[in-house]
Amino acid sequence: MSILVDEHSKVLVQGITGREGVVRTKLMTDYGTNVVAGVTPGKGGQEVHGIPVYDSVEEAAEKKGRIDISVIFVPAHLVKNSALEAMDAGVKLLVIVPDRVPIFDVLEIARFARQKQARFVGPNTLGLVSPGKAVLGMIGGRAERAREWFKQGPVGVSSRSGGMTSAISYYLTSAGLGQSTIVHVGGDAVIGLSHPEIMEMFEKDKQTRIVVMFGEIGTSQEERVADLIEQRKFTKPIVAYIGGKAAKSGTRFSHAGAIVEGSRGSYKTKVKRLRDAGVHVVDAVSDIPYKALEIYKLLGEQQ
Amino acid sequence: MARLYEYQSKLLLKEAGIRIPEGGVAFSPQEVRSIAEELGKPVVIKMQVWVTGRAGLGGIRFADTPQEAEAEATKILGMKVENYVVDRVIVEEKLSIKKEFFLGLVIDDASKSPLLVFSSIGGTGIEEIARHNPDKVGRYEVDVLKGLRDYEARNLVRKTGIIGKLILWLGDVLVKLYEVLKKYDARSAEINPLVLTEDNQIYAADCHMAVDDYAVFRHPELGIEVAREFDRPPTPLEKIAYKVEEKDYRGTFYFLQMKEDIADSDKTIGFNGAGGGGSMMSMDAVLNKGFELANYCDTSGNPAASKVYRAAKIILSQPNIKGYFASGSGVASQEQYHSARGLVKAFYEENLDIPAVIRLGGNFEEKAIEILSDCLNAVPGKVEGYGCDDSPEFCAQRMEELINENNVRSFKIRPLEKPVTPEKSYAFETFTGRIFIDHQKCADCSSKGCIQECQPRILKLKKGFPVLAISEEEAKKGKCTECLACEIFCKVNGRDAICIHLPIPGLKEYRDKILKK
Ligand code: SF4
Ligand code: SF4
Repeated sequence: MSILVDEHSKVLVQGITGREGVVRTKLMTDYGTNVVAGVTPGKGGQEVHGIPVYDSVEEAAEKKGRIDISVIFVPAHLVKNSALEAMDAGVKLLVIVPDRVPIFDVLEIARFARQKQARFVGPNTLGLVSPGKAVLGMIGGRAERAREWFKQGPVGVSSRSGGMTSAISYYLTSAGLGQSTIVHVGGDAVIGLSHPEIMEMFEKDKQTRIVVMFGEIGTSQEERVADLIEQRKFTKPIVAYIGGKAAKSGTRFSHAGAIVEGSRGSYKTKVKRLRDAGVHVVDAVSDIPYKALEIYKLLGEQQ
Repeated sequence: MARLYEYQSKLLLKEAGIRIPEGGVAFSPQEVRSIAEELGKPVVIKMQVWVTGRAGLGGIRFADTPQEAEAEATKILGMKVENYVVDRVIVEEKLSIKKEFFLGLVIDDASKSPLLVFSSIGGTGIEEIARHNPDKVGRYEVDVLKGLRDYEARNLVRKTGIIGKLILWLGDVLVKLYEVLKKYDARSAEINPLVLTEDNQIYAADCHMAVDDYAVFRHPELGIEVAREFDRPPTPLEKIAYKVEEKDYRGTFYFLQMKEDIADSDKTIGFNGAGGGGSMMSMDAVLNKGFELANYCDTSGNPAASKVYRAAKIILSQPNIKGYFASGSGVASQEQYHSARGLVKAFYEENLDIPAVIRLGGNFEEKAIEILSDCLNAVPGKVEGYGCDDSPEFCAQRMEELINENNVRSFKIRPLEKPVTPEKSYAFETFTGRIFIDHQKCADCSSKGCIQECQPRILKLKKGFPVLAISEEEAKKGKCTECLACEIFCKVNGRDAICIHLPIPGLKEYRDKILKK
């Protein structure tokens, strides 16, 4: 198994005829993702890499039946309406790739998703991959690369940094540990599925035995993961790294979410909360594969 | 999020119908005096900075007369607060306060909604207050799709122990503050204290707001210069960097100065990260080695070589750094040689004489490392390139060793000179610069390698000389990707016929100023 996406999920690409849309659709279809349709208003009737383009999500659903997932590649200021459109047409999972989406737009998307019982990854996400099954978004860049970097296995990966999502997965693969699903949750201050929500999914996923989490200063995500563990809602081992140890308070470091506000979201509190909850917090990213391997071996002996 | 000063925030409140004390902003003691004269009553003078605890720093002063106000203002203006010189104050009528409240609105990432916090007792440290008086502090998640209704606001106020008419007055302020938050795409807005005066009026006595960086484009009226979160106003070098970023949408260039006055004895390095997470991880690695960063920088999202070049030129405008450290996630999807070429051009021009450690892991990293080593025998500083299998910790270690080998020598910045190009050069415009080709030097060039090196294939030979194979307009629009390959190839092969001029507005003046010091 895996979480969120597999080879059967029916995928739609919004903004399929745009610069990014065209390139990333190729990555997804080359990798094996079941992309069934694309949408660009006004361009219905065209095709992109053999995928039919429709004028609206509703039309795509009429022609193709239920759509499971929509991957969104429209310019940031159009993201809100595209997301609302997809959810209104019954799509239950969105992957919102663009960055620089205004925060109030994200709040509206989140509120609407709550009403529609839909979920979304991002914004500002490279996407996710269930190795050997499907890629959503742009993670890996090219299909050959994605095949080389990501292999099927027992580790669930959840990361707030796009580059580090690939890096960590590659290091795990090199160490002989494959992955169940790799999720770049996105670097923004407010995102759809955040670390704790991903953890709850990994908890239910049989394939996932260990989780690697790349956290950062700012937001309450890592603290909420600690809460989950303390409430016994998450019981699998986690290896974590928290970026931004040296960041000073009140200043944003690249990612919109990476800012310490007062005492909230500081490196110290995050590490302490996680360690107290039993998470293996490592000091260097290069320690992640060793630590994960060590724990995985112990799990094997326990069986 | 871009912060607003207290006086800016207050004007937005006023516009929304929330009462603020009479007064205004002043930049000199004379201005303070004339505002006080106009008000004709006792005033309070407050420094405009983004730190908390201004009173303790002596940044809040009272005066009964305009003369006194002027004298007090001289004590505040020019004061140094955390490396930042106070250049403006707010002068306001002094309120006679009966009661204080706290009102805040923040975007809460857990509930994914604006969170309204109201406390019926005032003071600093709302967390503390809430711990000791949980029944006096109310919180409410606002539904952004329907907005904040007046009865919701009143219920929140009521639950903190407020009674009577005050419920109505305070509820009204809550609704209005939410409107301001929404209208200006603010990530946070805080009125602390919100006060009730002796004559039963509600005033916002202080206010802080921060606007969402990603929405600043919707609000040109706010005049925000650098749409980035700082705990202080941007430095001159940050403003120069931000202009570069604004004019070039290809990839991200994020630049933040961590230390402005670097002493000869400091163990400080120039830092060039790539990718948000990768940059932070790399920063942690060098800091663990005991280095200080002159700056934090992130060039990512597939920037053009020209953008990385400009980033390097800006980083190398910081005197006294001891080394240059570049490192990203390690496994980047983008072609790494673009960054390599950007760095090479900058190092070459600056005649870099301090060591550099460049960790370029990802697609085509071998080629990137080759470019670095090919070109840099020509600069005095030692430059080492590493790939995805070399950890940031190892690279930080190398940085330290190389700096010691170099006797911890300080980097001396040099004046920025306009490149000299022969008058009769063949030239064309690019997206952000201009390419000059000195055809005289091409006459006996046997390789004509620039043509092959140009990946987008926009150069061709005409009577043996390299010229554009496309229209000048296409080149300017971006067909020339400013990959710098032609220039670097030609230089490495000892010809130096190509010069790509990539201006950075303001940098020349900046360096001249520093050199004069
Ligand atoms: S490589 Fe240099 S010298 Fe040779 S043709 Fe090209 S520009 Fe001229
Ligand atoms: S002319 Fe070609 S090689 Fe030279 S900078 Fe432009 S795209 Fe690159």
